[in-house]
Amino acid sequence: MINFNTNPKKYQHWTLEIKGQIASLILNVSEEGGLYKGYKLKLNSYDLGVDIELNDAIQRLRFEYPQVSVVVITSSKDKVFCSGANIKMLGLLSHAQKVNFCKFTNETRNSIEDSTRFSGQTYIAAINGAAAGGGYELALASDYILLVDDGSSAISLPEVPMLAVLPGTGGLTRIVDKRNVRRDHADFFCTIAEGLRGNRAEQWKLIDELVPRSKFSETVEKRAMEISEKSNKPASLKGIDLTDLTREFNDNSITYENILITLDRKTGVVNLTIKGPSGDLPMDPESIAILGDKYWPLALARDLDDAIIHLSFNELELGTWVFRSVGDIDSVADVDDILIKHKNHWLINEIIQYLKRVLKRLDLASRSLVTLVEPGSCFAGTLLELVFAADRSYMLDGTLQDSNDSPAVLRTTKMNFGNLPMCNDLTRLQTRFLNQPEEVKKIHDHRGKDIPALEAFESGMVTFIPDDIDWEEEVRIAIEERTSFSPDALTGMEASLRFAGPETLETKIFGRLSAWQNWIFQRPNAAGENGALKLYGTGKLAYYNKERV
Amino acid sequence: MTINYNEKIPNNVDLSSDRRLQRALENWQPKFLDWWEELGPNYSSEFDVYLRTAVSVEKQGWAHFDYVKMPEYRWGIFLTPSDPNRKIDFGMHKGEPVWQEVPGEYRSELRRLIVTQGDTEPASVEQQRHLGKTCPSLYDLRNLFQVNVEEGRHLWAMVYLLQAYFGRDGREEADSLLERHSGDQDKPRILGAFNENTSDWLSFFMFTYFTDRDGKFQLASLAESAFDPLSRSCRFMLTEEAHHMFVGESGVGRIVQRTCELMNEYNTFDVREYGGIDLHTLQKYLNFHFSVSTDLFGQEISTNAATYFNTGLKGRLNEARINDDHLLHDASYPVFQVSEEQIFINETPALNAINERLRDDYIADCDLGIRRWNKIIENSGHEFRFELPHRAFNRNIGHFSNIKVNPEGRIISQQEWEKRKFEWIPSESDQSFVQSLMKPVIEPGKIAGWIAPPKGRINRQSFEFDYVRFN
Repeated sequence: MINFNTNPKKYQHWTLEIKGQIASLILNVSEEGGLYKGYKLKLNSYDLGVDIELNDAIQRLRFEYPQVSVVVITSSKDKVFCSGANIKMLGLLSHAQKVNFCKFTNETRNSIEDSTRFSGQTYIAAINGAAAGGGYELALASDYILLVDDGSSAISLPEVPMLAVLPGTGGLTRIVDKRNVRRDHADFFCTIAEGLRGNRAEQWKLIDELVPRSKFSETVEKRAMEISEKSNKPASLKGIDLTDLTREFNDNSITYENILITLDRKTGVVNLTIKGPSGDLPMDPESIAILGDKYWPLALARDLDDAIIHLSFNELELGTWVFRSVGDIDSVADVDDILIKHKNHWLINEIIQYLKRVLKRLDLASRSLVTLVEPGSCFAGTLLELVFAADRSYMLDGTLQDSNDSPAVLRTTKMNFGNLPMCNDLTRLQTRFLNQPEEVKKIHDHRGKDIPALEAFESGMVTFIPDDIDWEEEVRIAIEERTSFSPDALTGMEASLRFAGPETLETKIFGRLSAWQNWIFQRPNAAGENGALKLYGTGKLAYYNKERV
Repeated sequence: MTINYNEKIPNNVDLSSDRRLQRALENWQPKFLDWWEELGPNYSSEFDVYLRTAVSVEKQGWAHFDYVKMPEYRWGIFLTPSDPNRKIDFGMHKGEPVWQEVPGEYRSELRRLIVTQGDTEPASVEQQRHLGKTCPSLYDLRNLFQVNVEEGRHLWAMVYLLQAYFGRDGREEADSLLERHSGDQDKPRILGAFNENTSDWLSFFMFTYFTDRDGKFQLASLAESAFDPLSRSCRFMLTEEAHHMFVGESGVGRIVQRTCELMNEYNTFDVREYGGIDLHTLQKYLNFHFSVSTDLFGQEISTNAATYFNTGLKGRLNEARINDDHLLHDASYPVFQVSEEQIFINETPALNAINERLRDDYIADCDLGIRRWNKIIENSGHEFRFELPHRAFNRNIGHFSNIKVNPEGRIISQQEWEKRKFEWIPSESDQSFVQSLMKPVIEPGKIAGWIAPPKGRINRQSFEFDYVRFN
């Protein structure tokens, strides 16, 4: 089982240094510290384990060091910044492991950009040695790239010429979409294995600044200071601790503070029941900061984030995730109101941003998502997004026989109308009702009110509303039917249907990863016995089937 | 509203404690009665009919006789008692316990099978609704009504499955069974034969002999289903279906008998002028009904049928008695094919030939009755013999739908077919002749001149018994 929980004390590959408002993330990959067996992480090449630490660091910077306004990514190895994903490792991993690895690294790169944009933590890449493949792609996620001009350090995306795969961690998309490199320049750059150095890299906008070796550290520091000074972040901000998650794994269940998970291996179904907030809820940012990571929405976000990643990586054959919630709907709505009211407070902003990222991760999960709305549930606002994120939702109309429960209701809050956008930069409601703003408005007009099943059905918030007589059978049959389909076809179908609307950098990156890279990873030219990925490092040349497809 | 369900709807499915079913049926029953009123037997609501009603699945219970007004007929829901040890006999799930619930992955296929079967039941009632006006005797009128109410009960049996096991989709399908109508321009019945006219009693007898026999074979193969409630429903329906085929076989037999009597009495083959139906005309009706019914078995080579078999949804006739591996992965089966100018037999993968195998069983079964009718002719001292036409004759589905053949199975041109088809199937003038004989006879003990009285009795009542009271 891969564990995604870590903290700086446990890091093997990264060092996080904080000096005032400037942080440094220093990469020094431990060659022997690979997550799997059979390869050495030479030359600051990385595997999933390295990225798990990076992901953790980015997250901690936001919550634990909110005063930080600039993050410098650099390397402490001589002449090498980062040489990208470890190729031997890629050659050894199963297809699912490769794809999951790529996806996770993409989510991490995206979180760097998200941090820059929404947390005022601007990332700078200080490329002090060779940056190849994923190494340069890491730099591309930063806002500003400095390259040492030492006559040898190059940036490169050598995947196509060397490995017969793609720079799939957003590289292709970011050079043209983000850095606006001309496409013919980009084409040349992506086919020359040794990459580019010096002036040409700068002229072609592949980097922002070329710095002589002797002035490199000093310039990096200077740029960091300049950017930091322009930021409006108070140096006095005090962070909160992200303590270790409390989770308990059993064969067929996982218990988090705020989520109860049962695993049905026979049917391939995961049941996730989200617990709503309980007890007295803090009303202002100061009391929330005192509660810290025990504050319900943050604690839930952490639990859910971990659960999604855990299930994605460690439970490949459980293909259908069924969400339920239990708790007091008023409390959920109250929490949302407090969050919205204080969204300009750094911590509250971070909590909202985190909820946003977790929900994005859910959208991107290659699992069938079903949400069941039953009496006793608390699908308001933020949690209601779980209904909108689902491929299908079922809401019990009325109550079950002989029960004293009140019928389930849904409730929208301001959270549903712009604070938790998807990758396509639209809300889930806007995506659901693409180009039909009047439908979204109708739902908006009922904001804050309890919406019973029939109304939820008629306004398009849920898919079906069986009553107590049908409930059990309808749900059982729907899930059984789902689990009988091809997982590949379902993943493709779901991803195609989930992201209606405009393309963004993120949708492009994930779309291309799932389509092109996924395809290439399956093809003999890359992954076959005589494919480039398999033969890399053996001295043998790959054999390519020359047929264009 | 409190309804005593066991009183109103005799059943062995514990209806009184099943709220889902109760609600579904509460909603459906009024629609069914409206449908019966509108499209069931014409002008018959007030008649007291001496009917058999199934009130339980026990030996004494399934044939309870009494006078009933048809709208008050107690359409019951009966399944053959369950065998807790029943295992799946065939396909990929062979040897596993049968399913008491619909597996989600087979939901749509199972629903489609049940809907297709269910659609035929009310269709024949609709097709036969005007026949009451021209019955040849009270005995026959009663038999017609018996067939009708039992088709109604078979509809209930399928509706029960849809409502008990398929949730909302099932309820919608149950409603649709009452919304499609035989011969309707906009919403016809699903299968072709059930949109044909049954305008006279000869057609009715032929229909019950040939088309209801298709029903028997479909029910028999669904009775093999791994979905136990479907299997059990069909098993019980088969006990009733036997009566329908008896009506058909004895009805045609009595016409043959009467025709032979007239032939002997007037020493002529052409008995039309003496109010009988000549043997040639009977052969034409036989040709038509056999060929239309043969279409009901579907495509000779069918992926659907292969899937249904492999997944355990629908088996072969008497599956357990067939001596093979019941998987059919490597088996082959001879299937008729057509090339250019030739009909020939080709070995094809047996899984895909499930329909054809059932059609073969059906054809063999049809032939038995033909022989009994021929015996009547033989006993009357005549040379004529009925023959089943070739399976390629007059087909609209499958390999033969694009060619024309004569009843012997020789491929002929379109022109020859147009020129000669009424030598083989009823022409309009044949039909109007038969129609002209259809005069109602409703006095107890009397019978029309074109058909002989029955030899058998109903529940030990004589032919003279007043089987229907008109009030």
